[in-house]
Amino acid sequence: MLLINCPYCGERPELEFVHGGQAHIARPGNPAECSDQQWADYLYRRDNIKGVHAERWRHTHGCGRFFNALRDTTSDLFLATYKVGERPPAQSQQKRATA
Amino acid sequence: MRDLSAARQGPYIAASPLVRPLPPATRLLLRGDPDVMATALGALGLQFAETACRAVSASGRAALWLGPDERLLLGPQAEFPALSELLRTALAGRAHSLVDVSHRQCALEVSGPQAGLLLNCGCPLDLDPAAFPVDMCTRTVLAKAEVVLWRTAERSFHLEVWRSFVPYVSKVLSLAARELTA
Repeated sequence: MLLINCPYCGERPELEFVHGGQAHIARPGNPAECSDQQWADYLYRRDNIKGVHAERWRHTHGCGRFFNALRDTTSDLFLATYKVGERPPAQSQQKRATA
Repeated sequence: MRDLSAARQGPYIAASPLVRPLPPATRLLLRGDPDVMATALGALGLQFAETACRAVSASGRAALWLGPDERLLLGPQAEFPALSELLRTALAGRAHSLVDVSHRQCALEVSGPQAGLLLNCGCPLDLDPAAFPVDMCTRTVLAKAEVVLWRTAERSFHLEVWRSFVPYVSKVLSLAARELTA
């Protein structure tokens, strides 16, 4: 079974987690000043990356916390996980986690 | 408050010698920052630690770490008014949430030399004492139900299961136990 490293609880089976979509999407500061296109982009448009993707995950059946992860979408390999609010670790420093 | 203890035990299906239902208890879910946790645990006479996935217990009371800002507080059923009053007084004026979940879930005890193996039939965690030591606790999955798992002794686990999941969980465990004893 794929193990995911929760920044709070450590390595846990993937069954305990729920995928939460693309990470690091900032809500526009003043929605009233956005054009319809900008607002629609914020709401609906997401990257569809082949390779390393920053994603939100939630440890639903564990500590219940959201965190971010860098995952390779071609191999399903988790390169790193980090807490919300932290910057993604530089790719050269990433430890290759065992999947 | 209406006493639902009989109804709470109702759905339980007698499973196997390895699994037994525990008596009704007081269960409080506390959420707040580390200061709130330290105050609450101090008021209950429990030692506060921020270590993840660890339970502290003393004189029939226990605090289970469920998340960085979440603890499940357990105590004897008769102590409910005293415990909730104690916490209300200790935490007055501080941002926190304290919810009575006594009737939401039932407790099961899984014990015996094969307790870990039995739970592993539905729970993918590594339950070796080296990886899951005594007093480790966590919310996790057992087959298709969410449970809180707490290792109270090397060969004994305390399971908190939501009331409506109890028939399912006890059935899964009884089937797995049949497999183990066959």
